[in-house]
Amino acid sequence: MDFEIDRTLDARGLSCPMPAVKTALAFEEMGIGEVIEVLTDDPVSKKDLPVWAEATGNKLLGIKEEEKTIKIYLRKA
Amino acid sequence: MNDAKNKGSVTIVLFSGEMDKAIAAFVIATAAASMAMQVNIFFTFWGLKAIRKEGGLIKGQNWMQKMLNVMNYGHAKKLALSKLNMMGMGPMMLKTMMSQKKVPSLREFIKTAHSLGVKFYPCEMSMTVMGLKKEDFIDECGDVIGAVSYLAKAKDSNINLFI
Repeated sequence: MDFEIDRTLDARGLSCPMPAVKTALAFEEMGIGEVIEVLTDDPVSKKDLPVWAEATGNKLLGIKEEEKTIKIYLRKA
Repeated sequence: MNDAKNKGSVTIVLFSGEMDKAIAAFVIATAAASMAMQVNIFFTFWGLKAIRKEGGLIKGQNWMQKMLNVMNYGHAKKLALSKLNMMGMGPMMLKTMMSQKKVPSLREFIKTAHSLGVKFYPCEMSMTVMGLKKEDFIDECGDVIGAVSYLAKAKDSNINLFI
């Protein structure tokens, strides 16, 4: 990974649409260029958060899966 | 969400007074708001129950309105299901199942939607028919509006839903 994580959002246990909602709320407090790591165990989020990033004009940096936890990296644009 | 104008907008008419339908409306509303869309919900007829304050069973100016409001009593925590209501057992079981899966309750959805800037508009005409006043509704409610104001918002929305 060639980026630093500025913030981690633990959205594990939450289901659709809350991971996207919590991410949006976290983004409001973040500065442009900052990176968030979203932890989720909701398989829908793996599809939804990249779509969310595209719809809101932010950047998806990558997705990592570790056992049950899916880690999604997003940069605020 | 300041850049809402560029991200489009959603206008939902919530006509139904059942919990399952209200939750469907709020899932869409909060998801759209998270995408920085402007979201309006127009609560009309049975849908007004979702934003009623708790308590105050007898409302209305005449016996028919009073009877209707007693029979139709409900608020975000007390709504029936559109199917499998089973005299109230259905909603109880669904609430348990939802909380097990960490799906927010309708009341939590309403709070989240409000904090994301979703606008709530009770329908003026339904309120008049039922004898309800602005103070009978939760504080998150915006202006009481009529059909024309709803249509003005719907006309400018990219997505319009009637639930």
